[in-house]
Amino acid sequence: MGHSEEYQKLEGKIFTKSFFILLSIVLLGFYFVGVRYVKGIGAVSNMSDGYPWGIWITYDVATGTAIACGGYAVAILVYIRNRMQYHPMIRSAILTSMFGYGLAGFSVMVDLGRPWNAYNFFIPSKWQANSAMFEVALCVMAYSTVLILEFLPAILTSIEKSKWDRMNAIRNWLHPKIAPDKKTMEDKLEMVRLGAAWLNPRLNKVLIFFIVLGITLPTMHQSSLGSLLLIASTKLHPLWHTGFLPLLFLLNCVFIGYSIAILESIISSYSFKRPYEIEELSGLAGLIPFVTVIWLTVVIGDLSYRGQIHAALKGDFYSGWFMTEFLLVACGSLILFVKKCRRSARWLFISASMIVLGGALYRFNVYLIGFNPGQGWKYFPSFAEVMITVGIVALEILGYKVFVALFPVLPNMDLHGAHKKKGHAKKHKGGAAEKLPQTEAHAH
Amino acid sequence: MKKTSRRDFLKLAGATGAGLLACGTGNALANEGLQVNNDELGMLYDATKCVGCKACMSACKRVNSDYGSLSYEKAKFDEDGLWDAPSDLSGSTRTLIKLFKESEKRWSYVKYSCMHCQKPSCVSVCPVSAMTKEKVSGIVDYNKNTCIGCRYCQIACPYNIPKFQWEKAVPQIVKCDLCKATNLREKGITACAETCPAGAIKFGKRKDLLEEAHQRLKDAPDKYVAHVYGEHEGGGTNHLYLASMPFNKLGLPEIKPEAPAEFSEKIQHTIYKGFIAPVALYSTLCFIAVKNMKKHQGHDDDHKKGGK
Repeated sequence: MGHSEEYQKLEGKIFTKSFFILLSIVLLGFYFVGVRYVKGIGAVSNMSDGYPWGIWITYDVATGTAIACGGYAVAILVYIRNRMQYHPMIRSAILTSMFGYGLAGFSVMVDLGRPWNAYNFFIPSKWQANSAMFEVALCVMAYSTVLILEFLPAILTSIEKSKWDRMNAIRNWLHPKIAPDKKTMEDKLEMVRLGAAWLNPRLNKVLIFFIVLGITLPTMHQSSLGSLLLIASTKLHPLWHTGFLPLLFLLNCVFIGYSIAILESIISSYSFKRPYEIEELSGLAGLIPFVTVIWLTVVIGDLSYRGQIHAALKGDFYSGWFMTEFLLVACGSLILFVKKCRRSARWLFISASMIVLGGALYRFNVYLIGFNPGQGWKYFPSFAEVMITVGIVALEILGYKVFVALFPVLPNMDLHGAHKKKGHAKKHKGGAAEKLPQTEAHAH
Repeated sequence: MKKTSRRDFLKLAGATGAGLLACGTGNALANEGLQVNNDELGMLYDATKCVGCKACMSACKRVNSDYGSLSYEKAKFDEDGLWDAPSDLSGSTRTLIKLFKESEKRWSYVKYSCMHCQKPSCVSVCPVSAMTKEKVSGIVDYNKNTCIGCRYCQIACPYNIPKFQWEKAVPQIVKCDLCKATNLREKGITACAETCPAGAIKFGKRKDLLEEAHQRLKDAPDKYVAHVYGEHEGGGTNHLYLASMPFNKLGLPEIKPEAPAEFSEKIQHTIYKGFIAPVALYSTLCFIAVKNMKKHQGHDDDHKKGGK
């Protein structure tokens, strides 16, 4: 599609102070992962036979993949709604999704009691199509692969243009003991470069079919994440146990996805000291209320249909959590109805945070807070359990920071700045790439 | 222009949503109906006959310890690990006798173990078929060589029966399998039923057990709560209970006659029936996306021509 000029690498050092802080958190988390494999899950977590799923499933998988739905939500917007104006946002959204899903997969392997048997997912005779988890597992595995394919152009472009400075530096450092001599290595690197140059245009031609697959798969497994709890009819509180769980989870991940794309853009603009992408963000923000209103309507309609409105207003433990979740999403959306707020980075940040928090709380409510296996069972995550999750999140941020420096992911500022000026003058459907002169990415 | 595209978006969202809704509600009416098989094997536990000797518990561990990786449990009060005193079912205990005391004078024993449901939730949710229900005997069995340890069976089971070995590096799920590979194969009866000195556990086919249970209710209506627990609960179980106290007091949950797995499978099946919906979604999206991209590339080309 030839949009590589839309993106640029982030200039600056990789090994900053925050890099090492994040790294130490990651290492602490991985120490506990090691303990878990030697001493058993019980040694690090507070999970029990009553609460067999703790925060690893609730946060890392059920909530984490929703937060990683930025790639999904933005892909719908860009490729299905045809507003290429948002195209500059897609790479960073896909990168976050890639890390989100990849690390959700990783934490599943930490959570599984017998991970060495996981190959059974690929043996048709073992398939159990009744299981929502079977559907989730296959879709998530497929989607992770698709995400890597979707991100591949960024890597390939970067290999094509690479001068291999770092590689050569490492080689010079290793030489003469281990590393091959300069000529052989240059030949080999040239082969890699040619391979990338050969693959890139071919991949670009079929990429759209993977992108669409990348929209279909999350639609399937995000709804199935809701289906997972359908069976717990005696354990999940009636405020949340409903036949609409699949639909609610699907809508939930869409509005979380758009909100997180906004947050991510604002946060990275702020921390990398780049201008805010207000034009794109306000357009994105205008969509969120439409999805949240459907979600809120289904929630209320379903509660009144099942005669549970009184449970929501009861004022007890469960209704408190329900009201918090509901009001966070509702108030966050209300802010976004105001046009002025949609054009302010501050209000966008506040409302998007509220919606992400509320949407994430909904998933916590379904998986943990509203889940009651019977008297005598209690669950609160242990320190080690939390640290494993925090370590995984830190790894995600770390990976994002390294990747935006290595590969062209963030929107090109030259283009963006120009677009911003024009964008104020006139809104047009085609967006930036269509009307503006194509500038070369200047960062290398 | 903005308005039109918003409408398009709503249309799309509405269409997918409505599709899901139609599937969810439409087929909920078409009940496939659960066929109860009364020829399956099961047990009848009569709490009024149980003397709480726990011989069934030790027989279970003796017979199944090697096969089911059941080690003896360390009692909580016992640092030297000499005593086995389980307080609940666990990764090393498949069956358990508890004493429920309503008052100083009124109390009842109760036995916990797998209920061997007619339509087991654990079998319905297991993603890799590690939990299975045998066709003829109706035994709900577990295969540790297939299990991935996801513990979804624990989430799903309304009776909280499957237990996980939390403290082991190589853990497995533990639950009663009616001594399928041990006592049942050798002697044709479960170890607990064979051992029980008070005749509180009766082993046999579900229909015989039900008949016996109703006969006992008829013979001594004052002695029992007039209900055979497990006859209809959750679509019916093969482990049946008689007791003199309300079953929910004995830790047996109140469960509607519809099996939880029926409800969830109905929704899951209608969404994914014949894989039609996902394929339709994929092809529709492909159509729209390719069209959009061509349009966009057209714009690009126009721009290039115009620009030079």
